[in-house]
Amino acid sequence: MAIWFRHLLTDGLALHQPALKESPFVLVMPVKNRVIITASCLLAERQGAFAGMAVADARAAVPELLAIDDTPGKATKLLRLLGLWCIRYTPTVAVDLPDGLILDISGCTHLWGGERGYLKEIVLKLRNAGFDARAAIGDTPGAAWAVSRFSLSRPIIEPGEHIRALSGLPPAALRLDAEVLEKLKKLGFRTIGSFLQMPASVLRRRFGKDLLIRLDQAMGRVDEVLEPLVPPIAYVERLPCLEPIKTAPGIGIAIEKLLSALCLRLQAEGKGLRKAVLKCIRVDGRTVQAGITTNRGSHSVSHLSKLFELQIAKIEPALGIELFILEAPKVEDMDTLQEQLWAVDKGLADTALAELLDRVSGKVGAAAIQRFLPAEHYWPERSVKVAVSLTEEPAAAWPVQMRPIRLLAAPEAIEVMALVPDNPPKTFIYKGKRHVIAKADGPERIGREWWHDGGEHRDYYVVEDSDGQRYWVFRSGHYDGIDVQWYLHGYFA
Amino acid sequence: MVSTRKNIVSELQQKILQWEGYKPPVTGARSLVGLGPLEAAFPNGVFPVAAVHELVCNSAEQAAASGGLVTGVLSALLGQGGICVWIGRARRLFAPALTFFGIEPHKVIFISLSKDKDALWVMEEALKCPGLTAVVCEVQELDFKQSRRLQLAVEQSRVTGFVLRNAKDKLGSTACAARWQVKSLPSAGLNGLPGLGFLRWHVELLKVRNGQPGSWSLEWNEGRFVPVEQLIVVEERQAG
Repeated sequence: MAIWFRHLLTDGLALHQPALKESPFVLVMPVKNRVIITASCLLAERQGAFAGMAVADARAAVPELLAIDDTPGKATKLLRLLGLWCIRYTPTVAVDLPDGLILDISGCTHLWGGERGYLKEIVLKLRNAGFDARAAIGDTPGAAWAVSRFSLSRPIIEPGEHIRALSGLPPAALRLDAEVLEKLKKLGFRTIGSFLQMPASVLRRRFGKDLLIRLDQAMGRVDEVLEPLVPPIAYVERLPCLEPIKTAPGIGIAIEKLLSALCLRLQAEGKGLRKAVLKCIRVDGRTVQAGITTNRGSHSVSHLSKLFELQIAKIEPALGIELFILEAPKVEDMDTLQEQLWAVDKGLADTALAELLDRVSGKVGAAAIQRFLPAEHYWPERSVKVAVSLTEEPAAAWPVQMRPIRLLAAPEAIEVMALVPDNPPKTFIYKGKRHVIAKADGPERIGREWWHDGGEHRDYYVVEDSDGQRYWVFRSGHYDGIDVQWYLHGYFA
Repeated sequence: MVSTRKNIVSELQQKILQWEGYKPPVTGARSLVGLGPLEAAFPNGVFPVAAVHELVCNSAEQAAASGGLVTGVLSALLGQGGICVWIGRARRLFAPALTFFGIEPHKVIFISLSKDKDALWVMEEALKCPGLTAVVCEVQELDFKQSRRLQLAVEQSRVTGFVLRNAKDKLGSTACAARWQVKSLPSAGLNGLPGLGFLRWHVELLKVRNGQPGSWSLEWNEGRFVPVEQLIVVEERQAG
């Protein structure tokens, strides 16, 4: 089905500014020192102001003509909104620039009592909303497009009636370029029927490939691919409600129902859910969303509903929710393990652990959860890296050197007294407290990784003060007697 | 008559202990965590695994010492094959240090949170998860209600919980099975060799539910805890 909005831009503007409905107005845009009309409303068109004219010329015909600046991209925006509105009639809606929509309505019309009722419903609704819409239904998008624009009498093409319906229409109904149309006009082809029977090779030579493609598309000999406005999602469950849902337990029950239906399907296909989005369409027409992600594919209703439970608080029902849609944009293949009767395997592969981490990441964010793997760097700050997945194993062995259990985020400067330059310190002052050092191990020299950054190497000492508290301190660079800085970098157990 | 009454009382105590989640020791079972004489302080003489332990830390040094003790206990617990969750503030624990205590750091899942409320929520959820062996949580404060929730969670799942908390002027009572305080002690020299010896701590059990509080000195010696006897004697002499 093709829908044509004859005055898309002006109708859209008149909806926002009802005062404009009464007077003829046009949208204008400056082109090469002239102000050209890009769109004109019905009233203006009746009085002789058409798109493509200069405003000055149009003013001669319609003295009270109102000119409003056009904003480019407005048509796309409007068509998108209209297309989204049309999704209630069919899931596949494509925007057809500059002023139309194409709907794939296969299998949808019986819900409105046949094609006639379907067409009437949409066109009436659009007209009541203030859009001057025309629509046509055909077996191919091309035919429907042609009939919606150029045939006033019969908007529905019965199956197999393409040729008869199209042959009386002008060549412009085939969505052709102006250049080709001009050629056709010069040669006297005033209707499609006049060249429909001509051999393809002749048409190609004279008018190019485009004409043949358009002709084939209209006749259904070549498939035309529609680019749907909302990409279809394979796993979707819908739950319409008789009464608007307002309470948290109500939403919980709805989620439970949707999940059990979805999980049944996932289970049958051996898939696990990785990401799910719950869309709640409210009575006031707005949509609120809540999403969850999991660390491993899951089709366990109890687990997934627990994840959603954390999100319920974020859903604002306002006056009530009338439709719940649960989508699973990301699923993955899953080994269909038999449900374990007893848990023997306590480890990272444990399902309960993955479920726990899902809940935690749902509440506080996935960034908070980290596992560390050894990185092959001696430089302490770089010696660990964050594992990307729950099951990633270390590629290298963990270092064997003694490391402090608590490492400061950044080394903190301390004042140090050492007997001999290369000796461990005798005392150090940190945060105003003096520590007398009884025992010390070191130095352990860790060189700067010059390919990462420049600077001094560090000489680390493990020191123990008279109270038995153990610290990791280092001297930055060689001792040269002038400017030696010591730092505290960590605490040992 | 007296002996029967004693029997009744001890039987009742045993029952109460069972209801509270302490299992009577299986005869011949070996100590799980290897804390040596310290374990005698706990009811039945067994370190309670399905319980929440609370460690009080006064300073960063004490926090490090407590972390060391907990890691030592964890290494024994995880030795049976398990996963540990460490909930802390924005990455303060340095993972490579765990190798010293016999834990593979990649078997520990770190969750860094800045709010106590979140940390305790995560801790409670983690304690409910029977797939884990132990959960460690660093928080500022812990009140009775929060600790009660944690304790109830572990009684179901039998996961061991450790809470490292900051000390306040006045510590309120909590539902934790034990309250510990760990301080570093100077290490003993190794036969006159220079440098540091084995890590040594003064471990104090401030409170033990159904047990006997006390204080001990422990040393981390080649992958296990070793009680330090003579040091206690020295201290007592000083005190006397």
